[in-house]
Amino acid sequence: MKFPMKGFKEKLYINIFSILAFSSLFFLGGIVFVLFKEGLPIFKKVNFFEFVSGRFWYPTYDPPEFGILPLLLASFQVTLGAMFVCVPLGIGSALYLNEIASFKQRKIMKSLVEILAMIPSIIYGFFGIAILVPFLQNLLNLPTGLCAFSASLVLGIMATPTACSIAEDALSYVPRSFKEASFALGANRWQTLVKVVIPAAGSGISSAVILGMSRIVGETMVVLMLAGGAAVIPKSFFEPVRPITAAIAAEMGEVALGSDHYHALFAIAIILFFITFVFNVIAESISRKYRLKLGLAQ
Amino acid sequence: MDMETKGICKVSSFNSIKIRVEEVNFFYGKKHALKDINLNILKNQVTAIIGPSGCGKTTFIRILNRMHELIPDALLTGRIFLDGQDILSSCIDPTEVRRRVGMVFQKPNPFPKSIFENVSYGLKVNGIRDKNFIEDKVVEALKKSALWDEVKDRLDDNALKLSGGQQQRLCIARCLAVKPEVILFDEPCASLDPISTAKIEELIVELKKNYTIIIVTHNMQQAARVSDYTAFFLLGELIEVGRTGDIFKSPQDKRTEDYITGRFG
Repeated sequence: MKFPMKGFKEKLYINIFSILAFSSLFFLGGIVFVLFKEGLPIFKKVNFFEFVSGRFWYPTYDPPEFGILPLLLASFQVTLGAMFVCVPLGIGSALYLNEIASFKQRKIMKSLVEILAMIPSIIYGFFGIAILVPFLQNLLNLPTGLCAFSASLVLGIMATPTACSIAEDALSYVPRSFKEASFALGANRWQTLVKVVIPAAGSGISSAVILGMSRIVGETMVVLMLAGGAAVIPKSFFEPVRPITAAIAAEMGEVALGSDHYHALFAIAIILFFITFVFNVIAESISRKYRLKLGLAQ
Repeated sequence: MDMETKGICKVSSFNSIKIRVEEVNFFYGKKHALKDINLNILKNQVTAIIGPSGCGKTTFIRILNRMHELIPDALLTGRIFLDGQDILSSCIDPTEVRRRVGMVFQKPNPFPKSIFENVSYGLKVNGIRDKNFIEDKVVEALKKSALWDEVKDRLDDNALKLSGGQQQRLCIARCLAVKPEVILFDEPCASLDPISTAKIEELIVELKKNYTIIIVTHNMQQAARVSDYTAFFLLGELIEVGRTGDIFKSPQDKRTEDYITGRFG
């Protein structure tokens, strides 16, 4: 007797799931295509170098000026500020969870950290506007509390759970045998942590930092609500700024379809896409090297 | 005190006792892993701990340098004396105990650092800063562990590039560098090939001149080759202990005989 043919149903399932799996590839391709199709025309008007290094962003003036340097610098500034918040908080709490907390504490704390990551960014923005901004304004006697500092602080808190949970994973990959070897040589907990665990988890922790950064750079709602929105080259943390994501979100709704301004916003989006893409590739390659270094499977 | 322990004292009256284990019980949560253990470990001798898997061999040597304290839910009762001093006493710093009682693990576990850094690690964490002194000690430890000739030209290479047998000798060197008095070997050859195993065994016999050695092993021939005394554990109990020759030729307990003749385990 012959073996029965592969059933029609089975073939159908394979096809359905293949289509579903490849759809994300399709969406990615579509997004990249549209970004480039809509973004590249601006470079017929302004060359790439002028676009990136131009000091003035006056897209609605006549003649308009498309220099995104103030926006890029604002993004850089806000990201840097947020890193100062999320790196110590995220890595500190990862170290606590991994090395100090008891089993039960770790379980509770980890789920709390994950809940923090689930809060929608609009709620962080809300909190910033309602509480942080007036507080800062009164405290420092500022003309407005909507500034790079507020955005940095809230973004930093927002990115903390991402940084924490990736760093915690990196720490938990450090083989127990390293710690045991260290203790068996008469090292105490602190020495073991600083000389063995952190160096062994180092590249994993740095990829946590980079992924945290990538989340901050691409975050829109908080900067739109809190950064103040002034498209000028930032001079201090206590002045309003306009990071690239806020510029896209704020201006896209009002721009005329197909105008130069419209194409310029798409060009900004290409740059943003490129930045986060590079961050993710770097983080991925660091963490792959790190797993190899520790002799773990890919 | 049980009969076997007295026996070991009698036959070795010339030797002094390095470690004395008294009435030790150990629990992992509810599991009673070691039951009423009494055992003397003699100075400058190799004591082999044998027994089937899960009999408490590894647990037993881990309590000898307080490594069991790293396990949550562990409870130890009884007393362990090192040169007459109770090392379980709460006023004794476990890091000090571990410096005096070193340990080599089942799987070679060098740090992902250079060969030199691996060996100097123990000295540095014990507060030694003098670079020349550290260098001398590293060379000395590598020579003692019979690794020097193979690594002298590449001390800055990552230790993970070494072969398994070399890594294990590096772990021994790392342990020797802090000048312990006792070295615990937890199945040190379990993951090594026969040639590397022979090298480690040679080394153990050589080291007993200056150190007291306890080795856990699954391999009866290995126990016979390297040890002076053998203790047989079964289900958390110490069944029998005595001179290795006596244990293998004329075991007193039926269970020991069954195990070493290969009837179980």
